[in-house]
Amino acid sequence: MLIHDQSRPGRRASALAPSQAPEPTGIPAQLRRRERPRLPEVSELQVVRHYTRLSQQNFSIDTHFYPLGSCTMKYNPRVCNSLAALPGFAERHPLAPVEYGQGVMACLHDLQEILKAVTGMSAVSLAPAAGAQGELTGVAMIRAYHLARGDHARTEMLIPDAAHGTNPASAVMCGYQAREIPTGPDGDVDVEALRAAVGPQTAGIMLTNPSTVGVFDRNIEEIAGIVHDAGGLLYYDGANLNAILGKVRPGDMGFDVIHMNLHKTFSTPHGGGGPGAGPVGVSARVAPYLPVPMVEREGEGYRWLTEADRPETIGRMTTFGGNMGILLRAYVYARMLGREGMARAADFATLNANYLMARLQQAGFELAYPQRRASHEFIITLKHEAKEYGVTAMDFAKRLLDHGFHAPTTYFPLLVPECLLIEPTETETKESLDGFVEAMIAIRREAQEDPQRVKDAPHTMPRRRLDEVRAARHLDLAWTPQQADEDGDGQ
Amino acid sequence: MSDIPADLKYTKSHEWVRDNGDGSVTVGITDHAQEALGDIVFVEAPEVGRQVAAAEACAVVESVKAASDIYAPLAGEVLEANAALGDAPELINSSAHAEGWIFRLAPSDASALDALLDAAAYTKVLEQED
Repeated sequence: MLIHDQSRPGRRASALAPSQAPEPTGIPAQLRRRERPRLPEVSELQVVRHYTRLSQQNFSIDTHFYPLGSCTMKYNPRVCNSLAALPGFAERHPLAPVEYGQGVMACLHDLQEILKAVTGMSAVSLAPAAGAQGELTGVAMIRAYHLARGDHARTEMLIPDAAHGTNPASAVMCGYQAREIPTGPDGDVDVEALRAAVGPQTAGIMLTNPSTVGVFDRNIEEIAGIVHDAGGLLYYDGANLNAILGKVRPGDMGFDVIHMNLHKTFSTPHGGGGPGAGPVGVSARVAPYLPVPMVEREGEGYRWLTEADRPETIGRMTTFGGNMGILLRAYVYARMLGREGMARAADFATLNANYLMARLQQAGFELAYPQRRASHEFIITLKHEAKEYGVTAMDFAKRLLDHGFHAPTTYFPLLVPECLLIEPTETETKESLDGFVEAMIAIRREAQEDPQRVKDAPHTMPRRRLDEVRAARHLDLAWTPQQADEDGDGQ
Repeated sequence: MSDIPADLKYTKSHEWVRDNGDGSVTVGITDHAQEALGDIVFVEAPEVGRQVAAAEACAVVESVKAASDIYAPLAGEVLEANAALGDAPELINSSAHAEGWIFRLAPSDASALDALLDAAAYTKVLEQED
């Protein structure tokens, strides 16, 4: 039931807000609202119950093991929240003079430096407000780099077929044509296909390493050479940075541009699609194009670098200084881990993934890349189960919910049929990993004995199997009073 | 095993082609392809009159799992798109080789049809993929 459905005229909650808002000034008459907004009229207790109930229906990292591959659903330490919420941070007005915000400026500056050090890039901007925006920023900088050199012939962005779907989208949004590069049977990029694809039209390549098939591309040095020799730049999608943190640096691999998902690797909350932060790092030759503002240390103080200091910048991706609350959480996390802690996070992320992979393989599940060691994640394919029992990867995913596990990523990457992409992260115990294996074995047994039970899952969730086809065709995103009259069932 | 009618031609990228005998061919995706994609929710057919090259991406089929390009099996001009798919994209799931056709094409070189896979060759392609 929506909160709107509980609304009754005249029902109120007490609040400290003024009952009569002051008459607005400066808003033209034709832009002013003539009717009252259709806000739900409910009691305070109804509000509390409604949202508490919704939060209880949540399947989250705070309640369940959440091995959603390529999303790095690790624990978000509470101390990061409490420090970011200190009044000096949380209540600072973004337009307050920078002299009165030297503390937050110091944190942001240090975060820039930490991210530079851990990625091996020569400069970092914290401005982009999400991973996808970081990608857009990164490709825009590649474009700015080529254009500044008068090189207008570069029209193609190379993208391996294992890439995240956002990669071709970002390339196309920046005016490039996406050209797909196949993956070899061992999970590495097909180097010969890459060699054949590069040329004077190549703007760059967008790579995730370790890739979305969960393996570290062993030919990265050769790949970097091929693309650089053709005059293109290397873009590092930081989605899987967790596996290599403190171990090997994208800058040392030859990458020119990287975006980092702070909500993955640096453990800030994923939220419901936001807020995020997607800082970008670059090699020296791309540095002039970084988005502003950036923070610079000047003597004992800190100041914003703006368009005036950085005339070749691609501009601003967000208002003010980026997603401050998220950046601060990441800063606390990075400081808590320190250099050694980061390497240890990568150790355990990789160990957990390889342990889980080995146990699932022992249990008879088929690995997509059995000859390779997992990075921080790995893929199993359920094509035999689908063929033998008619129970698909999606059915397994839904039944896992009944066992108290969030489903791994299903049907991605697309090049592996009936796949589950599993990323346990470093913050899970051995017991939760073992529990996941037991659940997978139980579901397979059930698929043999009572396949319909698996196909009808979930059975214990607040909602049963959702009608994804109807959801995709009949988007229903906003409540309207008319709809309430038509539906009447509160669904 | 998916349905592979003997009277159709096929591509490795899982399109089927029917020779209408009037200088036109009809194109759709195979039963195997619809099964792999899952429930289809949207089809973007090529514009009528568009000239397509062989193997050119010219249509998009979107399912609950993924959005996939459909490639022109032959070079030629698009004559007609299946309007029924606008309201009922699920026709591809229920009837991949008949009512779920996607577009009609006038091939610029009719003999190119012979170079496509026959049912036996396409069956082999599926066996190899497995």
